[in-house]
Amino acid sequence: MWLNQFLILGALLFCIGVYGVLARRNGVMVLMSIELILNAVNINLVAFGAFHATPAGQVFALFVIAVAAAEVGVGLALVLLIYRNRSSIDLESVDLLKG
Amino acid sequence: MVAQNIFFGIIAAAMVVSAIKVVTTKNVVHAALYLVIVLAGVAAQFILVGAEFTGVTQVLVYIGAVIVLFLFGIMLTRARIGHEMDVDNERRWIAGLTALLLFAVMTYALLDAFDDTDIEANGALAPQATQAVSDSIFRDYLIPFEAVSFLLLAALIGAIVVARRE
Repeated sequence: MWLNQFLILGALLFCIGVYGVLARRNGVMVLMSIELILNAVNINLVAFGAFHATPAGQVFALFVIAVAAAEVGVGLALVLLIYRNRSSIDLESVDLLKG
Repeated sequence: MVAQNIFFGIIAAAMVVSAIKVVTTKNVVHAALYLVIVLAGVAAQFILVGAEFTGVTQVLVYIGAVIVLFLFGIMLTRARIGHEMDVDNERRWIAGLTALLLFAVMTYALLDAFDDTDIEANGALAPQATQAVSDSIFRDYLIPFEAVSFLLLAALIGAIVVARRE
């Protein structure tokens, strides 16, 4: 197996996630796209860890998984708060700070 | 080697199709279920390169916990189950163009840097012992590990404070 097949798979997942973050207007769907991005990063970390024959890649992938779990918890709490205040999770209507 | 490449191709194709469905489907619940396929594919890729502990953790944390959290979020925000017409904003074409350009640049850079580097160039792919991973976490990366545990505690308290009713 080549190293590149994993890296390009990661790049493809990353770009699909970027499209989702930019194009979605539902708050929960934006959070799902962020999960895609974080998983693309994990594929890269584990592939490089296997390439260099070191456990450090796996260790940092585990750190990313922990941070992603914390991010989803806080993110969904924020989405719930937006829903409670506006009865909608349409991110297009959250523009209070827009000049 | 051939068998590994065939399985890589099958899993990668399923992951990419499902990932595209995650960002294009109009049904929020279907998006969460397609996300399960992508996350399971990532776990399978981890096992393919011998990172079995990370693969199992991926299944436990993502498919076990994060997806359930997403489904709770969908339920609590009362997103309509079924087709919604307005889940995408009007900038989706420019967003797709951005993603395509980003992918083109990244692919060019990767092909330039690691043209046909074998992933086994530094030794055969062996299952990396879970013992080595735990030794690494609790010896070399002990302070980042403690920082992550503190971050999880802070995120837990923060989520409760933010979502609590007054």
